[in-house]
Amino acid sequence: MTATSMIETRGLRKAFRGTIVLDGLDLAVQRGQIFALLGPNGAGKTTAVNILTTLLKPDAGTALLDGIDVVRNPAAARAALSLTGQFAAVDPFQTGVENLAMMAHLAHLPRRTAWARVSQLIEQFDLVDAAGKMASTYSGGMRRRLDLAISLISAPPIVVLDEPTTGLDPRSRNQMWDVVRQLTAAGTTILLTTQYLDEADQLADTVAVLNHGAVVASGTPAELKADLDGDRVELVFENDDVYAAAQRAGFGPDATFDPEHASVSVPSSEPVRTTRELLAIADRHSLAVSSIALTKPTLDDVFLHLTGSPVADSTIDSTITTREETAA
Amino acid sequence: MTTTTVPLTTRPTNRPFSDVGAMIVRELRRSIRSVDMLITGLALPAVIMCVFVIIFGGAAERDGHYVQYVVPAILILCSGFGSALTAVTVAKDMREGIIDRFRTMPIFGGSVLVGHVVASVLRNLVASAVVIGVAVLLGYRPEADLGHWILAALYLVLAITAFTWVCCAAGLLLSEEAAQSVNFVFLFLPYVSSGFVPIDTMPTWLQGFARTEPFTPITETMRAFLSNTNPGTNGWLALAWLGGVLVVGYVSSLVLFRSRINH
Repeated sequence: MTATSMIETRGLRKAFRGTIVLDGLDLAVQRGQIFALLGPNGAGKTTAVNILTTLLKPDAGTALLDGIDVVRNPAAARAALSLTGQFAAVDPFQTGVENLAMMAHLAHLPRRTAWARVSQLIEQFDLVDAAGKMASTYSGGMRRRLDLAISLISAPPIVVLDEPTTGLDPRSRNQMWDVVRQLTAAGTTILLTTQYLDEADQLADTVAVLNHGAVVASGTPAELKADLDGDRVELVFENDDVYAAAQRAGFGPDATFDPEHASVSVPSSEPVRTTRELLAIADRHSLAVSSIALTKPTLDDVFLHLTGSPVADSTIDSTITTREETAA
Repeated sequence: MTTTTVPLTTRPTNRPFSDVGAMIVRELRRSIRSVDMLITGLALPAVIMCVFVIIFGGAAERDGHYVQYVVPAILILCSGFGSALTAVTVAKDMREGIIDRFRTMPIFGGSVLVGHVVASVLRNLVASAVVIGVAVLLGYRPEADLGHWILAALYLVLAITAFTWVCCAAGLLLSEEAAQSVNFVFLFLPYVSSGFVPIDTMPTWLQGFARTEPFTPITETMRAFLSNTNPGTNGWLALAWLGGVLVVGYVSSLVLFRSRINH
């Protein structure tokens, strides 16, 4: 670990009622990076975030923000970070401007800086028309944008985003991504957890895959994908009967069958040769193929490969687990 | 779109009064802007005053006018369930995640709770003024001199503060739905005290409870101040009860706030 790490954890452990949630978590995030934590339900993402943001004390291990120990010196750590949680934490009974002005006041910004910052954020987050309206009248996307704007009020060097775009429409999500990219352009270090793999793919410089409270893989999205066997060749069969026959025929030990698409796919470093081989097998068994596709691996595949479960299954009740984790 | 390229200076400055001030403004805005807070916080106390004097008053006339007897009890009753609103607002803050946000900010720890309590005291003092105003319209004639009025006001502030800290702890501990029912404690206990009817008119089996429960000395002390007399033993008992409630409420609020218990 180098001195340039803005976020660093070493051997972080946490258990709730005997259930191990973090099992020696090691992270190192360099200055100005976007670092994505990916993991299935209960992998410990939110617990890690809660420890880093001083909400929770670890059982063992250290967590440093810009060299500041979050357990020993929480006050200084809080000055270096901001948290945007999973729920839009804005006051419904205050207007957008009032919410921002209150947080600017609490961040102890000088009055003139505060007002400049508030109007800047209102503009940046496309809230000009809604600035004077109660937050209770805001749409989900607007509330989320106000939430992020609030957390950026003091322009902290470290921003922690816990599932920042969950529940947003595509336009709001793109807007959010733009803002996050701008932040790193300004030198901010960002740790984000997300259930959207494309979000990590789009934004993150480094991705760490979390499973059972420890990092099972980390690297750039490209590196993680390269760890898989590269491209895949996929044959889609004409109908379910052909698909059933194809399963009996067998396509080698690496083949993955997908009943939903009635297809088989095989990883390949030489796609042309693999395609010929697969078609030859199909011909031999008189299997009618409706289409052939060459697919690049996605982070979804990486995830499946590393954790044995697709991330999509775990997204629906992520809030429930978060609450269980925090209630414990 | 523009972006600040240099992080704004944020040192972990210690400005507790400024932090608490912002939190008080926040809570007062909530009190004034939400319809249910206005109804429960201000209109209901006035209605209760009217109900007791106009509807029950005729049957309850005993020694002199019932309004003269019941005003101190209604002040205490309304302070109780007025403070119970804080259980709901704190539970709401917990659910909405804003308490977590405050906990991750470099601000005076617990300032959000102090904001809740101070706003509750101010809200309930306004409600108490409304109650006394309505009482005067209904024929209440205050007997206290200025000194006893001041004592009564200070005593009321103590009672509201104690009730609110306990409700604050309840709000940190309970779900929003459960927090809604905290006010039943403050509706039920004052009724079974000497506040609304003299204890000797109650069934014998209830008299023991009514004599020993806290709301009897708490209400009698307020009654003594408003009738321009000294509360005597009841005053010390009330002080002990309210002091105890205050300490328990305050300490458990801070402990709950620091430990991370979420619903």
